[in-house]
Amino acid sequence: MKLEGKVWRYGDNIDTDVIIPARYLNTFDPKELASHCMVDIDESFAGNVQEGDIMVGGRNFGCGSSREHAPVAIKASGIPVVIAASFARIFYRNGINIGLPLLEIGDDVEKIHADDKLQVDVSTGEIRNLTTGDVFHAHPLPGFVQEIAEAGGLIEYIKNKK
Amino acid sequence: MGMTMSEKILAKHAGLERVEAGQLVTCKLDMVLANDITAPPSIKIFESIGRPVFDNEKIALVPDHFQPAKDIKSAELAKIVRDFAHKHKIVHYFEQGRVGIEHVILPEKGIVAPGMLTIGADSHTCTYGAVNGFATGVGSTDLGAAMATGEAWFKVPQAIKVELSGKKPAGISGKDVILTLIGMIGVDGALYKSLEFAGDGVKSLTMTDRLTISNMAIEAGGKAGIFPYDEITAAYVKDRVKKPFEPVAADDDAIYCQVVEINLSELKPVVAFPHLPGNTKRVEDIKEPIAIQQVIIGSCTNGRLEDLQIAAEVFKGHKVADGVRCIVIPGSPAVYKEAMKRGYIDIFIDADCAVSTPTCGPCLGGYMGIMAAGEKCVSTTNRNFRGRMGHVDSEVYLAGPHVAAASAILGRIATAEEVQ
Repeated sequence: MKLEGKVWRYGDNIDTDVIIPARYLNTFDPKELASHCMVDIDESFAGNVQEGDIMVGGRNFGCGSSREHAPVAIKASGIPVVIAASFARIFYRNGINIGLPLLEIGDDVEKIHADDKLQVDVSTGEIRNLTTGDVFHAHPLPGFVQEIAEAGGLIEYIKNKK
Repeated sequence: MGMTMSEKILAKHAGLERVEAGQLVTCKLDMVLANDITAPPSIKIFESIGRPVFDNEKIALVPDHFQPAKDIKSAELAKIVRDFAHKHKIVHYFEQGRVGIEHVILPEKGIVAPGMLTIGADSHTCTYGAVNGFATGVGSTDLGAAMATGEAWFKVPQAIKVELSGKKPAGISGKDVILTLIGMIGVDGALYKSLEFAGDGVKSLTMTDRLTISNMAIEAGGKAGIFPYDEITAAYVKDRVKKPFEPVAADDDAIYCQVVEINLSELKPVVAFPHLPGNTKRVEDIKEPIAIQQVIIGSCTNGRLEDLQIAAEVFKGHKVADGVRCIVIPGSPAVYKEAMKRGYIDIFIDADCAVSTPTCGPCLGGYMGIMAAGEKCVSTTNRNFRGRMGHVDSEVYLAGPHVAAASAILGRIATAEEVQ
């Protein structure tokens, strides 16, 4: 699956409180969560993000709370894939479980800037920066975690296994 | 080759003789936990699978975050959890009046025990490492699936050994230990790894200290933060845990990816500056006074009886400074009642503190102490992210109960020693 989209670029230690602040956690409706996504650090995001845009962060993306509302809010914003230097553990797990691909590329993330255009092959992990010409490769998912991702998430995986 | 505490617990629950770091395993779970924010989406996931609950005694549902309900939507969330608990006869469901903060009441009631494997749809589930269990936070999909299957997959983590030496001095608590550690290794210093505590220093840490330390393993990115089982653990679980349990000890030749040494006797009172728990500074190194408007004493990190005792001893005979509001939140009904019996609540009320029913409330910016723009708070909670406790331009300074109480009295960040 090849995706193309414009980059929303964020820094290190983007925590789940800024991805979706707790004051909006009295609902778990994906669309409503998406309408508040990133609001505390980027008020322009929710109103301007386009279907297919790509979110890119630095180190430890998604740290903090286990709230699955965070990857759900990103996915419901129309973001099909998140790329970061590294992901916090629970966020990483949640992303895979809800079928939001997460690609870890270490320091190569420094070569991706706001508004760059990327082409991403989620199955191979190949990322092309169409703006600069750079090509990166994400760390592959281990073992059956790849199968969960390919099934589209944990629930589909469990249903298929039955 | 030997195994760490994490490896032993995961191996046993995977039905394997041994496992090693990096291995993917599927484990049987002893306890799965969710709260009023994370249970509703978990229940939706659970219902989509179409199976019964795997065991109604191994699910804990604790409506503590926005409860007693702060608004209509939060009341609806609590109702989803309540109806589910009744329908599936969930044994460890806690209604208001019996409910406390999840990570305070599960150890307090002996629902988690040494050697147990717990997942919780709350990142601070790692708290139970203090009683020698492997416990880690997950999201609602993992939790919903686990309520049906009783299983979860894990990547066996590499372990960082935290070698504690010396003896904890007076005026220092577990909060100073963990904030110092996160300051040393960073907020992603233990990413994907477990923190395993060891060394002679462990025995000078009370169970309350250990619960605070394990609680914040996640603030270093850790998957778990586990203490060895000793006399202090045994005394704590003795009259609480009703089921048989098997403690684990690390083998002498267990493999660690890193060793971090902390001499407890050298620790000083610290605070973590905004906006990361790893921005740790000694209070004595703060040159310009930092005026504050709010103090929170409570949470799953520091809402236990010993925390309130420390705060009460500092507050005795003093008042909260003008221009400061101090909110004290006992972590459970049992903590509240005992604090009342011992006179701590009298001390707090006489000092002009507001005392609340148990709730997570302000820690995550829910309610019961939300800040306006420009305000600063010293808080015994666990996160000081931007906007965590209210307005995006408010600031949270994390500290232990000594510093929190002293700061409330002096109206600026201060140590208990500075209070006459």
